[in-house]
Amino acid sequence: MKHRLQFAGKKLLRMALLLLGVSLAAFLLMSASPLDPLQTNVGQAALGSMSQEQIAQLEDYWGVNTPLAERYLGWLFSALQGDFGTSLLYRQPVLQIIGERLANSLGLLLFAWVLSGILGLTLGVLAGALRGRWPDKLVRGWCLLISSTPTFWLALLLLTVFAVWLGWFPSGLSVPIGVEADSVTALERLRHAVLPALTLSITGVSNIALHTREKMVDVMESDYVLFARARGESLPAIVLRHGLRNVALPAITLQFASVSEIIGGSVLVEQVFSYPGLGQAAVTAGLGSDMPLLLGITVLTAAIVFGGNVAADLLYGVVDPKIRRGAAKA
Amino acid sequence: MEPILQVEHLSISFSQYHRGTRKRTLPVIHDLSFSICPGQVTAVVGSSGSGKSLLAHGILGILPYNSALEGTILYQGTPLTQRRAEQLRGREIVLVPQGVTYLDPLMEVGPQIRKGRRDPRSKARSRAVLERYGLGPEVEKRYPFELSGGMARRVLIASAVVEQPKLILADEPTPGLDARAASRILGHFRELAEDGAGVLLITHDLELALTIAHRVLVLYAGETIEEASAADFSAGRLRHPYTRALWAALPQNGFTPIPGTQPYPGEISDGCQFAPRCPRCRPECRGPGPVPYVPRAGGWVRCRFPEGGEAL
Repeated sequence: MKHRLQFAGKKLLRMALLLLGVSLAAFLLMSASPLDPLQTNVGQAALGSMSQEQIAQLEDYWGVNTPLAERYLGWLFSALQGDFGTSLLYRQPVLQIIGERLANSLGLLLFAWVLSGILGLTLGVLAGALRGRWPDKLVRGWCLLISSTPTFWLALLLLTVFAVWLGWFPSGLSVPIGVEADSVTALERLRHAVLPALTLSITGVSNIALHTREKMVDVMESDYVLFARARGESLPAIVLRHGLRNVALPAITLQFASVSEIIGGSVLVEQVFSYPGLGQAAVTAGLGSDMPLLLGITVLTAAIVFGGNVAADLLYGVVDPKIRRGAAKA
Repeated sequence: MEPILQVEHLSISFSQYHRGTRKRTLPVIHDLSFSICPGQVTAVVGSSGSGKSLLAHGILGILPYNSALEGTILYQGTPLTQRRAEQLRGREIVLVPQGVTYLDPLMEVGPQIRKGRRDPRSKARSRAVLERYGLGPEVEKRYPFELSGGMARRVLIASAVVEQPKLILADEPTPGLDARAASRILGHFRELAEDGAGVLLITHDLELALTIAHRVLVLYAGETIEEASAADFSAGRLRHPYTRALWAALPQNGFTPIPGTQPYPGEISDGCQFAPRCPRCRPECRGPGPVPYVPRAGGWVRCRFPEGGEAL
């Protein structure tokens, strides 16, 4: 029990430090941005027709004249009290915007995460078990092709083929245009999410498949697989009984590490598909100098990624008998 | 008695890339012949790098993909083809490997011994073999990392004999064990032979091999240089200078080392491989042509001028 508490305490401390560092880095980068919030958001022409008082008011609103330390510490103390401020662009509480955007993105992210995990693991195990044969060459070729393809370009390609040429799916947004929000069906939402989710999955697969393949090759060359063969176990039996079992641990690491890649990819993909999710909000906030919103999104996504890694650590304890039995004895 | 396994002129070689792009074949075992009778323990003795483990893998048909096998292997008088080996391995022909790394680290011992079968008969059988080697039923629930070295060896033997094999290939079953544990493990093999199985014991430890083996086969640089009965050693009837040197290097026989090292595969020269280290080497030993493997005084020898005899 003491061991568990120590583990949890260490993790929490690490998470606090990580979030502090990430928010500070995002803040400093944003402050160093050459974009002038007034020119970007109000426009040169509008600024020219304003009085000095009006401009001063706007500068106050965008926090241009407040010292950096004061701005950051002000944000930090409110954030610690649970108040992430109000978005400068949307004029709504940051948490409310994040909540709405996350609700839109979550399905997308989860679908992409699960699908790329399952596909990546299957293809990787298959390629590793049949190393050097044609399924292996096919999987490897496909993965190398995909990993050298930029995500946004792949998104454009899918958009062109399935939305423009074939017309199977809508070309953007998360709901149909000109329909009341209440009357949008779940099926409509699903149809809008398919292409972005597919893009994210496809890019996620190659990394997981190639890493899983490497591990599977190691397993197939191990002493225990040699012994299994010597004992007359067939290749499918070896893959199912020994391969999957021993690939499971690295697969868990890969799967939870891919959370950050999926979230990172969603920024680009949502932009291409004009999908009003968290990734798109991050881009809007960054380009529009909306400091509270950007910091809110940064901190939240960092927390999600960190949470993923903690989940992987916890699952290790369930899957790896060395940790499980060791902890039970301690 | 009809031998259960006959190996005739067996050669195993690897193809590998040499200096980047040139492919070359590396002979590891060359012109190996012997036979094993039921009820007998035949030891194959050689220092590391002499290709001993590959011999077992070759018989089982589990050599790596970049290797090639030539020669004949007869099992119960019929050629042991790849297909036949696949059918027989794990059932009639079993391997007892070196150590705990040959067990799946993430699987409990019981399911490994049973190869995943869950029927009551298999369970009773795995219990029985574990008990035979002094391991309680609680061992079934353990993971390999929870076994001691000696327990792991006994689990490996148990997993091999759970099928009641006729031919047992034991690949270095004793390293890392103290003398008492090692002789107990070897005793198990002797016992299996007494029950009627043929046992091939692959080891680098001549002293331990002699405690249980009926016949001893000495490998040098991938070739068999002598086949002798266990009694020939203590009676001083050894035929080959290398075997004599091995015998003399044992602590109780003077602890006398011989200079030099065994040639690596790929460094094979013409004539006798042992010539550079042989105290009795003559000009004719260095070739041309390989030295023939010939029967002599109840054993076999690969030497032009064997001990205790005139030139062949």
